[in-house]
Amino acid sequence: MATEAHGAEEGGLVFHPMDQFIPKPLFGGGEIGMFTITNVTLWMALSVVAVIALMVMGTRKRATIPGRTQSIAEMAYGFVYKMVEDVAGKDAIAFFPYVMTLFMFIVFANFLGLLPMSFSTTSHFAVTLVLAMAVFLTVTIIGFVKNGFGFLGLFWVASAPLALRPILAIIELISYFVRPVSHSIRLAGNVMAGHAVIKVFAGFAAIAVISPVSVVAITAMYGLEVLVAFIQAYVFTILTCVYLKDALHPSH
Amino acid sequence: MEGDLAHIGAGLAAIGSGAAAIGVGNVAGNYLAGALRNPSAAASQTATLFIGIAFAEALGIFSFLVALLLMFAV
Repeated sequence: MATEAHGAEEGGLVFHPMDQFIPKPLFGGGEIGMFTITNVTLWMALSVVAVIALMVMGTRKRATIPGRTQSIAEMAYGFVYKMVEDVAGKDAIAFFPYVMTLFMFIVFANFLGLLPMSFSTTSHFAVTLVLAMAVFLTVTIIGFVKNGFGFLGLFWVASAPLALRPILAIIELISYFVRPVSHSIRLAGNVMAGHAVIKVFAGFAAIAVISPVSVVAITAMYGLEVLVAFIQAYVFTILTCVYLKDALHPSH
Repeated sequence: MEGDLAHIGAGLAAIGSGAAAIGVGNVAGNYLAGALRNPSAAASQTATLFIGIAFAEALGIFSFLVALLLMFAV
């Protein structure tokens, strides 16, 4: 990824579209170490604070007739609960808190990243890969704890002809280990691509002739990005549910 | 010279997003065709629709990643 700012001499744009993804230390300059507080840290903390504000403060009153904040908190809860129940099955409800945490964090990180002048944390592979690796490890451990070595039946497709099974087992094994990669790259790639496109159009706005077109294009792309921000969080969560279902019921 | 070739490669990798667009269009179009034939079953299949779109799209995102690597890492 781009580590230093690109000057205006590169290409015709006023700023480089990838410059927005560079992490910068919040206090003072200098090197970014393991524990440096950067703008990535700030915006991740802000999304956690926003989730807490919605879910804890919003439902504090527990009104019978919910207000606006409480309605949204209840809708989010019901939405994820139904998703876990439908996709992963009734016995996966035990893992509902984890899935709910994932969904709320990603949704808020995506939406906060859409605010002007903010930093989209989910556009970084480092952030999404940690989330995806956590899901991968959780699912693998759950699979072995719940099913013992029967979990390996996930790779042994019993319905296929015997001669094909070793080949299928290799393919299944590869696709299993590619899961965290594709899981994380899907989210980060979508968010990053969308933000980069908006910045490219913003660069075109400096050219007077096409600036009205570019302003309209930015508005349209922004609308699409609001949609993508939600859909990608939804997709990340629903794939977590699919992996959970595989771990709980490994037989095909 | 090496940088120029990398830029050409990044442009070629962008073809992959067009291929992903075909894939996503296929999934969504077939879903719509099925949903219009049997609207009562459509609502229960939206999760499957999004999973299908996600898998089709992931491969397009891989080509975007290849382009990024060629632009910034090579």
